[in-house]
Amino acid sequence: MTLREVKEILNAEVYVGYDQLGMEVKTAFGADLMSDVLAFAKAGSLLLTGLTNPQIVRTSDVLDIAAIIIVRGKRPLPETIRLAEELKIPILGTKYILFETAGRLYEKGIVGCVETVGKTNESN
Amino acid sequence: MKQSAKQTNQIENIIFEKSFPVEGKTFKNAGNVSTQVKAILQEMFLPAEEIRRAAIVTYEAEINICSYAEHGVITLRLTPEKIIIDSTDKGQGIADIKLAMEEGYSTATRKIWQMGFGAGMGLSNMKKYSDSFEISSEVGIGTNIRMMINI
Repeated sequence: MTLREVKEILNAEVYVGYDQLGMEVKTAFGADLMSDVLAFAKAGSLLLTGLTNPQIVRTSDVLDIAAIIIVRGKRPLPETIRLAEELKIPILGTKYILFETAGRLYEKGIVGCVETVGKTNESN
Repeated sequence: MKQSAKQTNQIENIIFEKSFPVEGKTFKNAGNVSTQVKAILQEMFLPAEEIRRAAIVTYEAEINICSYAEHGVITLRLTPEKIIIDSTDKGQGIADIKLAMEEGYSTATRKIWQMGFGAGMGLSNMKKYSDSFEISSEVGIGTNIRMMINI
């Protein structure tokens, strides 16, 4: 689906990237731990997070994350918006909690960029 | 692991080299070097996946300096076959590298957690995204890391 459809599904506000709403997205990753995002998120995915500091943009930049969705009605810090504009990474904000955000997107066809991580049960 | 190669080891056929100072104990400019490294590699038309891996390991090294060290330097070198990233810092060092390499092991403070880091994934992540990873550290002196990515 397009980022524009994501915006509509989540009743989201666009903080950065009005001109990029036509981009196609298929997968997502959700976490407040950038350490885990760095370990597991895949290129081209949406990042769903409750953090608002500039490191969400830096993390997205190095991972080639398509766009950031800030959940729980939080607003990105001014320096976060400035950096996202500079690096051309869209930021949307939704009032839905992380669980609702993920559920609503999943229902419409967005899937996790990975399903599970770590060792399988057999190899434990 | 402890006595791994010093970073003065000869690298042959260097076609590009640039060093970036990194301020320690502050997140003010954290990620700035990674963004620059990514831009440089993109200008050289390297494959997107290798650029992504280089950017990730640089960022993890940078976050470690910003989190724990007094100050550090990240050096990007390029040969026809490899992207080489060295991270050298002055700071507290790592007492037990084997333990620090374990996923989930962390000595992070509240400030680091608030930025979204300190989950104990940094060093293992650097190793995961590199083709070659060397680390040496001395408590109270600092830490040296060399990561290589095959092009």
